[in-house]
Amino acid sequence: MTEVWTVDPDDLESIAIGAGILGTGGGGNPYVGKLAARRAIREGHPVRVLPLGAFPDDGLVCTVGGMGAPTITIEKLASGDETVAALRTLERHVGRPFSAIIPAEIGGGNSVEPFLVAAKTGLPVLDGDGMGRAFPEMPMITYFIYGVSPYPCAVVDDKGNEVLYPAGVDADWLERLSRGSAVLMGGHAGCAVAVMTGEEVKRTAIGGTLSMARSLGSGVRAARAAGRHIVSAVTGLTGGRQLFEGKIVSVERRTEAGWVSGRMELDGTGADRGHVMTIAFRNENLVAWLDGEVIITVPDLICVCHAEDGEPVTTEMLRYGYRVAVIGMSCDEKLRTRQALSVVGPRAFGFDLDFVPIGAAP
Amino acid sequence: MRVGVDVGGTNTDAVLLESDDVVAHVKVTTSNDVQAGIVEALRELEGREPDAMSAVDAVVIGTTQFTNALIEKRDLAPTAILRLGLPATQAVQPFDDWPEEMVSALRARGQLLPGGNEYDGRVISHLTTMALERAVDELLANDVRAVAICSVFSPATPEMELTAAELVAKRAPRLEITCSHRVGRLGLLERENAAALNASLRPLARRVVSSFESAVAELRLKAPVFISQNDGTVLNTKTARELPVLTISSGPTNSMRGAAVLSGVADGLVVDVGGTTSDFGALVHGYPREAPLSQEFAGVRTSFRMPDVLSLGLGGGSIVSGDGAVVGPISVGAALERTGVVFGGSTLTASDIAIAAGKASFGQPALGEEIDMTVALRGLAGIRTMLEHAIDAMKLARGDIQLVAVGGAAFLVDDQLEGVSKVIRPLHYEVANAVGAACAGVSGSVDRIIRYEADRAAELQSAISGACAAAVRAGAEEDKVEVVEVDDVPVPYLEQAMYRLVVRAVGPLASRS
Repeated sequence: MTEVWTVDPDDLESIAIGAGILGTGGGGNPYVGKLAARRAIREGHPVRVLPLGAFPDDGLVCTVGGMGAPTITIEKLASGDETVAALRTLERHVGRPFSAIIPAEIGGGNSVEPFLVAAKTGLPVLDGDGMGRAFPEMPMITYFIYGVSPYPCAVVDDKGNEVLYPAGVDADWLERLSRGSAVLMGGHAGCAVAVMTGEEVKRTAIGGTLSMARSLGSGVRAARAAGRHIVSAVTGLTGGRQLFEGKIVSVERRTEAGWVSGRMELDGTGADRGHVMTIAFRNENLVAWLDGEVIITVPDLICVCHAEDGEPVTTEMLRYGYRVAVIGMSCDEKLRTRQALSVVGPRAFGFDLDFVPIGAAP
Repeated sequence: MRVGVDVGGTNTDAVLLESDDVVAHVKVTTSNDVQAGIVEALRELEGREPDAMSAVDAVVIGTTQFTNALIEKRDLAPTAILRLGLPATQAVQPFDDWPEEMVSALRARGQLLPGGNEYDGRVISHLTTMALERAVDELLANDVRAVAICSVFSPATPEMELTAAELVAKRAPRLEITCSHRVGRLGLLERENAAALNASLRPLARRVVSSFESAVAELRLKAPVFISQNDGTVLNTKTARELPVLTISSGPTNSMRGAAVLSGVADGLVVDVGGTTSDFGALVHGYPREAPLSQEFAGVRTSFRMPDVLSLGLGGGSIVSGDGAVVGPISVGAALERTGVVFGGSTLTASDIAIAAGKASFGQPALGEEIDMTVALRGLAGIRTMLEHAIDAMKLARGDIQLVAVGGAAFLVDDQLEGVSKVIRPLHYEVANAVGAACAGVSGSVDRIIRYEADRAAELQSAISGACAAAVRAGAEEDKVEVVEVDDVPVPYLEQAMYRLVVRAVGPLASRS
């Protein structure tokens, strides 16, 4: 089990890099969130990260994060108080103070948001999350997959508008309702949800992912500084493996109900010369085919990185000619159960495919 | 007739152009007194074509002075950012991610005030005269000389910035004011940073632009002066005084534009092969393609419209390993004429193996005969592979593309390359930069967020008219303005689908008449 650690600006830098890689093409850029968290930590409380195991079973925790469109949040920056206010609103409703917070997703922008809240409230952050990667929707969070109620939920904007969802049907409905509120609030809001006891969070969360993102990011930075091969550093630190090396030769993109979906095609280079890879994405990368055969699917992680500098390539950045390495990683066991696969498996994203874990294809 | 002047670190080049044909060109050494260098170049040009100079319609100057001022952190004014957006945007404050040296070079100060708009134009909070005046008084008390005003969503809704600018000007007539919507697109921090850099350059811009005007006046030319900006178009002197930051990185752009004009290629790739690097760019409708990502400049994240350039460590001075297997990235640079084998030296360079293989002829080619032909051919094959990889990386689609090769070591580029339909080496390639300056057009653009279910055709038409009108306002010839870029990018994570529409239009400078 990992130990308690205190977050310094250097850790934030590393976590942002790790979160970018674990974002598997989506999740939003952690840049602005990192700056906001850095400022909050400098001005506020020191932030402690607690291993899940160190949290008492009768403690109370919830998840906090920003909600909205990255294209908007890079323009209308957060006030920095939305998410704290959402936490307080939820606390008032529950009638009991929270003793910790936990991220919803380690991939992309929301990996760093809890640090800002922690710095402003003094609460510790639990070392874990509800995805071990990035996904586009609330029902895909393991807390909800394993029975934690998505209600109550609080959504609060920069101006002080508070919306509370005390009860409802399921996480799908909450996703729809809360996103509608966020849009009305100007495209960005703070969200606090998933009220859990210590026992529940230990049962449903994916543990150790903040430590993991930190060591992944610091490994990449060290490799960069030493001029070592970044892709090998990533596979070494994550237990993943390079699936393909090639060049993007076509990108097809369309918008469906607010998601950017599409496919990219890669021609192999180096050891993969003569082979072709196709990757389908919806915000995140979802399925990869090698010469027409499926070799990995969601919820396992498919990361597309620049071949030279290891910078993750988001699905918004994709373009012809990029030389990339495709890295596959196993997702956490909690995403591989039948229960989870019905929500985060390839069928949940509209593919007529069963889950193909990395390394399973011949 | 047009005159193009390129003020480089080493040389100042000037060309005289009759439509797109080079009538005369001169090269003088750039001295500390930039104005004197320009006058000297213009005088030499006049000496060559005494009668033509009176028929000059415009003098376009490309300069690195503003780029250098920011890199060297000199001549920068004490600058403040006034950000309009409270209660939003407090999470990240102005100058939060700037390098320490830049913050002190600008004696930077930031203030947050109410104001700003939502993505759909609604007001976040109302700007108040009292809050603004109090902020301005405080800036004045701290000897601030320049101020950048940045309001949330100003590229879509600029009114709040304009109102604030009026109020600031009324309260403090001597403050230099930059509105962020004039220097950047959506992406608050990047646009705000660009506006602050611009603000800090304003006093220098007044001096530099005046010196350009004086230089042209000294020659008794009646032609107006324009300054080239980084998207391949020009600024008139009034705008250049207001928005000097738009000239950052105009050098590579001018050389690509020059290559386009000299070769007549509008869509294709350009490579400028110098002594140390080969710089690749892509031409779209005769203009350089813009880089897709945020660009750091002087350690500051910005959203400048930089040309998309791929630099390879390959040039005429690149050192070749003994067996020919490795070429570059280390180069002997300007020392080629002392250390290269064909100049009697002992360092094997890319130029030497090209001469040995008969692809070029300078220095003492006889010395090249000593070079092992297997080594030379292996080296040249390596160069070819490097070029082919870069060409492939810069292309936007499958299929062959035309390549324009310019620069002193353009002979390193083979006539037959994979992925290239034709290699073109235009005449006068050595002054491509000044030619690019002389031929620059004038542009205007529109950047907005639009509902997906809105009438797309009407939205597009309105954006196109907006961009064209902006180009004409900036000095383009009305009948010849063309749309060069239409980009609509979906905005993800919103239930209500939205997209961001960017349109850019360019036209030739209207002539005096």
